[in-house]
Amino acid sequence: MSTQATVLYDAPGPRARLRNRLLAVVFGVAVIALLAWVIAVLAGNGQLTGEKWEPFIQWTTWTTWLLPGLWGTIKAAALSIVLAIVVGTLLGIGRLSDHAWVRVPCTILVEGFRAIPVLILIYFMYFLFAAYALFPSSQLAFAAVVFSLTIYNASVLAEILRAGIQSLPRGQTEAAQSIGLRKSQTMWLVLLPQAVTAMLPALVAQMVIALKDSALGYAIGYIEVVRSGMKVGSYFGNYLPSLLVVAAIMIVINFCLTGLANYLELRLRGGRRKTDAPDPDVADLKAAENVPGFSGTGHPLRPNHDDRRF
Amino acid sequence: MSDLWQEMGPQLWPAFWLTIQLTFWSAIGSLIWGVLLAGMKVSPVPVMRWFATGYVNVVRNTPLTLIILLCSVGLYQNLGLTLAQDNSDFIANNNFRLAVLGFILYTSTFVCETLRAGFNTVPLGQAEAARSIGLNFPQTFGLVVLPQALRAVIAPMGSVLIALTKNTTIASVIGVGEAALLMKEELENYSDQILAIFAVFAIGFMIITLAEGALFGWAAKRWAVKR
Repeated sequence: MSTQATVLYDAPGPRARLRNRLLAVVFGVAVIALLAWVIAVLAGNGQLTGEKWEPFIQWTTWTTWLLPGLWGTIKAAALSIVLAIVVGTLLGIGRLSDHAWVRVPCTILVEGFRAIPVLILIYFMYFLFAAYALFPSSQLAFAAVVFSLTIYNASVLAEILRAGIQSLPRGQTEAAQSIGLRKSQTMWLVLLPQAVTAMLPALVAQMVIALKDSALGYAIGYIEVVRSGMKVGSYFGNYLPSLLVVAAIMIVINFCLTGLANYLELRLRGGRRKTDAPDPDVADLKAAENVPGFSGTGHPLRPNHDDRRF
Repeated sequence: MSDLWQEMGPQLWPAFWLTIQLTFWSAIGSLIWGVLLAGMKVSPVPVMRWFATGYVNVVRNTPLTLIILLCSVGLYQNLGLTLAQDNSDFIANNNFRLAVLGFILYTSTFVCETLRAGFNTVPLGQAEAARSIGLNFPQTFGLVVLPQALRAVIAPMGSVLIALTKNTTIASVIGVGEAALLMKEELENYSDQILAIFAVFAIGFMIITLAEGALFGWAAKRWAVKR
């Protein structure tokens, strides 16, 4: 890439190449110096001694704390995503309904729950379930996390689904109507299957968000991976190493999921005519435009996206 | 009900004010660090690109709760990093600044990715045309590429800001007295008025996030790039 012109940098000539190499050396040295300093500070505080890290090569540390915590995280995230797909589909279709008594409540729910933090939803659910004893006390935190994540992710997915359906060519609806399909048939047989395929990468990306958000359960004492990391820290007196291990676990899992999402996106785009697929970055920006309170500004789509540069 | 209001009413504004302050300082910091990261990520120097890509991938995939805890437990309690002067407000100030640091480290990755995508919306022909009439790098960048890229990222930046506003509630896990922490305390004290308390705080957050959404939505429409 460094030898090729981009929108920001022209193809480098001899002087620019020299300057870039010089910059690379200076920056590389700076990064190495930074790493060395971090390691020196950690070592100076006794964070790199064997006893701080030794618990992580004992199998009992994993079976007692980390694996149950990880299971708590995955359980809450997976269950809430599955529930959110169901609820989100209903809400998304509801928002597109021709009947105002369906459309308006769905719109209020979707916009409302995207506008408030998940954490206050979790606090609310936790105290609500506790006050009315809706769940056994051992499952209280789990239920609060799953319900909150379901509601939040459902409203996000509803919005993604609605955008997906609305971005389908108008001819799809017209063709379906012209062969005599009813409104519900048009939705379930023609529009929804196409929109769902297109939103598969977004669904996997939402799974990453759910996994990260399930760590919010920490605030109400739900046993997820961050809480179990803190427990390891308090048992062995090695908070920093435990949290770093937990971070590494989450990064690996989420990195793999993000890779899967990118792979799906690539496959889906490969299967379509090029002119149909929006530019990946424009699509990213449009997806990021999912702002509560207004529905997109409609960036123009670029017809060809061969020159994805960065 | 009146008990609740008498107790909670005067505390509401200070708590939400702290939420707004957390959002403001984190937003400023994330913008600066995010621009630097984006600059590295699109630079022609491979080492900088590797660093920025690595940083973004690592930080973006870490739960924010964990980052905030790492700032508090790791940086302060274990490594002794203090960000406030040693006076009577030390704990509150230090926790506030550690939380801001955590939010900056996390949110800047989203700022970086948004900016990078923004540069990609500018057609290569624009830069080629600019170079062919003899503009140098600062001119091409400042007069042609950046204005178009910035206008394309207004709305997505609004989403990042709204997400940041909502994420500031996570500061409550290290005891920063913002709105979510007040809500938790009130829920503990008035367990018979859960719905009313939730409604108050939900509306409070909606006012902030919907105002941000409306502002950025308006700005994005106002300065949209017509192509």
